[in-house]
Amino acid sequence: MTYFSSMIIPLFISVILFIGIKEKKNVFDLFIEGAKEGLKITLKLFPTLIGIFLAIYMLRSSGLIDFICKSISFITDFFNIPSEILPLALIKPFSGSGSIATATEIMANYGVDSTIGKIAAVIMGSSETTFYVIALYMGSVKIKNTRKIIIPALLADIASIITAIILFII
Amino acid sequence: MLNFLWPILIIISFLFSLINGSIENINNSIFESIDKVINITITLAGTMCLWCGLMEIVKNTSLINKLKRLLRPFLNWLFPEVKNDEEAMENISINTIANIFGLGNASTPAGIKAMESLQKINNDKKSLSNSMMTLIVLNTASIEIIPTTVIAIRSSLNSQNPTDIIVPLWISTIVGTLTGIIVTKLIIKRSKNK
Repeated sequence: MTYFSSMIIPLFISVILFIGIKEKKNVFDLFIEGAKEGLKITLKLFPTLIGIFLAIYMLRSSGLIDFICKSISFITDFFNIPSEILPLALIKPFSGSGSIATATEIMANYGVDSTIGKIAAVIMGSSETTFYVIALYMGSVKIKNTRKIIIPALLADIASIITAIILFII
Repeated sequence: MLNFLWPILIIISFLFSLINGSIENINNSIFESIDKVINITITLAGTMCLWCGLMEIVKNTSLINKLKRLLRPFLNWLFPEVKNDEEAMENISINTIANIFGLGNASTPAGIKAMESLQKINNDKKSLSNSMMTLIVLNTASIEIIPTTVIAIRSSLNSQNPTDIIVPLWISTIVGTLTGIIVTKLIIKRSKNK
């Protein structure tokens, strides 16, 4: 799995550049154009990172996160869920940049290559911000009757979180 | 949401640290958090530039059109009511492909255009049509070939192998997406029987 995972990126880059040259595109100019966009995205994320890190660092250093994790550990132990990822699972459906920031903090705190760090990374990447997407798409056509769209959307979130945990714990 | 949650988290932390005797820790943590964000952001900016640059090349090749043809049978199955409406299907295809490539700023406009063309042929203008439900669920659990943000953050934290999580991430997204689609189809079926 590691060998295959290591191959994906270099292969992907080479294939894209090959196709670009074959179609006679100015690949370097295009690359620079897109890279500027990347800088903008990072800048936009920066204030959110500051805000969320402040809150979670304070939560953690006050001892409250440990306290909560210990208090509910009888439930999370029973289902074999690492309670450390709970803050992420809770913020995930509501805020996109908030969940990126929370996942980053978990990875930094427990080790980016630890089991918990990897679970956090997969949860962060596995779905969009559910409530935001629903609000945006429904708002765009001014529809009020949701026909319970929230149920499949949240079940999809839960299913991918459970899968992430199973993949790394078993 | 965060307007409400954020201040509460900080105030509760402060109050808890008073009880817990960890007031010194919490004071240090405020400045540590800023240091950490600055460190992460510097590497993050580099990796984000790399990926956004590569994706810009993808956007300008014929790769997108080829993928559109490849995806069509699958989308026809997902959206049986509108498979003959070219305008709607075109927007749905662009939206899906932009999601797959992680082109966030291209996928949302296409998704909203798709919603608008679906609304044109919607029988009950106040309620989501079957196709709209499927489109929304597809967008809340969207699969990405190269999960650029996750990789960028993992490399900014000095991971041994930042791309290690790609395959597990594919698996978990596919499970999530399938769950969402199956439950949506069940809801649609139940409302038909009523």
